[in-house]
Amino acid sequence: MRPLIVISHVPRIDFMRWHIPSFVFSAVLMVATVVIFFTHGLNYGIDFVGGTLIEAKTQGPADLATMRTKLDSLKLGEASLQQFGGPDGVLIRLPQQAGGDAVQMQAIQKARDVLGPGVEYRRVEVVGPSVGSELIRAGVLATVLALGAILIYIWFRFEWQFGIGATIATLHDVVTTVGLFAIFQLEFNLTTLAAILTIAGYSINDTVVIYDRMREDMRKYRTMSFRELINLALNETLSRTVLTVTTVALAVLSLLIFGGEVLKGFSIAMLWGIVIGTYSSLLVAAPILYYVQPDRRKVGASVTEKAPASAAERASR
Amino acid sequence: MLYFANWKVVVICAVCALGVLLSLPNLFTEAQLSRLPAFAQKQVSLGLDLRGGSYLLLQVDVEAAQRERLNGVVEGVRKTLLDAKIGYEGLKSEGDAAVFTISDKGRIEDARQALAKLDPDLALTIAADGTGSMRFTQVATDSRRRQAVDQSIEIIRRRIDETGTKEPTIQREGQDRILVQLPGIDNPQRVKELLGRTAKLTFQLVDPNVSVEDARRGKLPPGDEILPSAEEGRGSRNSPSAGSYVVRKRVMVGGDTLVDAQATFQNNEPVVSFKFDAVGARRFGDATRENVGKPFAIVLDNKVISAPVIREPITGGSGIISGSFTVQSASDLALLLRAGALPAPITILEERTVGAELGADSIHAGTVASIVGVALVAIFMVLFYGLFGIFADIALFFNLCLMLAGLSLLGATLTLPGIAGIALTMGMAVDANVLIYERIREERRGGRSLLSSLEAGFSRAFGTILDSHVTTLVAGLLLYWLGSGPVKGFAVTLSIGVLTSLFSAILVTRLQIVTWVRRMKPKEIPL
Repeated sequence: MRPLIVISHVPRIDFMRWHIPSFVFSAVLMVATVVIFFTHGLNYGIDFVGGTLIEAKTQGPADLATMRTKLDSLKLGEASLQQFGGPDGVLIRLPQQAGGDAVQMQAIQKARDVLGPGVEYRRVEVVGPSVGSELIRAGVLATVLALGAILIYIWFRFEWQFGIGATIATLHDVVTTVGLFAIFQLEFNLTTLAAILTIAGYSINDTVVIYDRMREDMRKYRTMSFRELINLALNETLSRTVLTVTTVALAVLSLLIFGGEVLKGFSIAMLWGIVIGTYSSLLVAAPILYYVQPDRRKVGASVTEKAPASAAERASR
Repeated sequence: MLYFANWKVVVICAVCALGVLLSLPNLFTEAQLSRLPAFAQKQVSLGLDLRGGSYLLLQVDVEAAQRERLNGVVEGVRKTLLDAKIGYEGLKSEGDAAVFTISDKGRIEDARQALAKLDPDLALTIAADGTGSMRFTQVATDSRRRQAVDQSIEIIRRRIDETGTKEPTIQREGQDRILVQLPGIDNPQRVKELLGRTAKLTFQLVDPNVSVEDARRGKLPPGDEILPSAEEGRGSRNSPSAGSYVVRKRVMVGGDTLVDAQATFQNNEPVVSFKFDAVGARRFGDATRENVGKPFAIVLDNKVISAPVIREPITGGSGIISGSFTVQSASDLALLLRAGALPAPITILEERTVGAELGADSIHAGTVASIVGVALVAIFMVLFYGLFGIFADIALFFNLCLMLAGLSLLGATLTLPGIAGIALTMGMAVDANVLIYERIREERRGGRSLLSSLEAGFSRAFGTILDSHVTTLVAGLLLYWLGSGPVKGFAVTLSIGVLTSLFSAILVTRLQIVTWVRRMKPKEIPL
């Protein structure tokens, strides 16, 4: 049984031609993220800033105005209500209550009392102030450690120049994903953080595959210019890159479509992450090596030079 | 390449079969499962976000317990110095220490000797000018903290058991936190109320010589304290004391000597009846005998529930607490007294409650998303790799089984993000196949023989596959380490998925291709 679709030849795309525009694009994206991050901030979920979140279902269509009036009468600060899932679904957010963890916990019971019977509580989350700040710290720590660990691993497996390239590319993906959440003010919570770390893992995965091939080609073609070499490695791995991105995107898309409201934020982050991760592997991570070129003598130490590859290998057999 | 040692074939097949076998129970409902033998009943345990329930993160306020204990130290110092007839001034608790000044500089050494015997947990310093302090040593503080948390866990378990919650999980989290998981509870309000009370019960004599007004004006005798009534405004009718009492600090009997408490009725009013153990009964008997005609206060968490007058010595070792209870509050109090007092106050830091219906919806959504995702990936692989795509799909199937089996074996908890992790892993797992197949195709195109390109495809792709899996595993392990709750669940499935896909994509695919080459003796690779 033969495949229905066959990519029969190695493409010859000049990726390097686009690397300057893509560097500019990425730099703009990252700067924009930083600016928006500091001017508008992120729309942190209660995981990080504390507060109360209630997902409720009413009998019949939800009357948001009445519910809002009822909640406002409690003087718990500005309650935010939004339609969630269907017409009878409501997502209620109450802000962090002043006065510590104990006060925070009382707010939810007051809200339940005032909304009265006839409301089904599908989900209630209350996070006190002390936990929120810890979660932020743990999240930042996890991201920094993940980047550091990846850098060290790549450094250990490759030359340090590859480590630099991979770290910049991964950092790029992490930063711009945060940027996506800042620009669209999507809720940034614990699952988003999980998505970001997964994106870091996925993006680095993509980059490593390309770097692996570059290292191999550096051994094979000792006289080839570095520019050509990068193009060659990218083209040789292109079908794999496209296929893998498609399979992962298929999995993520089905999560986005069928996975329900709770996973929506996660799926959006992942979808963006695999797109930007693939882009950055092709047009950021690989071209960076043009500027911090690995030492060919070190990389190519193990194999004797001869081209083309297949001939060389048959000869050495 | 073509040679697979027999034992390896056996091991690979055995692992796959085991994976299928261990993941099978997850397809059955609980009712169907109960008819199966015990070893086949192990399912992946579902997180609270899927089965519905309540998750509470509690903090044991060890510092509060420490402060209270420090008050005891102040009393101890006072008594010791009085007994030794050593003059002192300025005795009070300050920060984490009891501080005082010895008035007679000549007796500093005597004071040192007397105080040293007080408590081995205390570090004593007295300077030449007579200023001294006593504070708990670091070792004592640490062991106290551990003890307080351990004890709290025990008491919390007893209280929750009394409410009839099924299969609660109560475990220590970090240094002074406790994680409580209550499956099936969709409003934890009652549990929160029960956990929010220390339930420290004491019986103390009321000081009849001082009125509350005098005491408030600064005439509070050193051994006394002012305590509010449990009900505000109560008592204003009977006495002008505005709901407060002046009671002796010395505790006649503590709640720790209770062996039983029940809610009952007396004159149609809900009351709580209690029983002392032998020691408590004797102490209570003695105390009541010496104080007939005087009132004593029943104090719960530093509030006076009631202050009856002792009419006759109570020697039976049992009694009744009346106050204005409702049926609910009487039975709650009885429950709390039976379970015992918490060694330190508890605050609730975090609550996450998911209703059973949302849990069921999430399971449904997650399952559909995973199945659709896997199906799309599987179809895609066949479109692009034909027969080899089918090999990859078979490996993918075993990968899924092994993941579920791994989750059951490790006793890991499956959460909604965990399901997302499964779906995602399925998408990523075929990456190893893609790498291998692309490499085989390339080697073949480069002019290698059929067998040699198969061989090279596997061996050359391996390094890349390993690198990419290790980096994902790093992210997964960090998430597990630093994440909490549902995110931990995601990290678990992601990490297990990385490991199982390494096995299935490389070994299972390879075994299939080797078998195919041997049986069919193909002339060309269908790629």
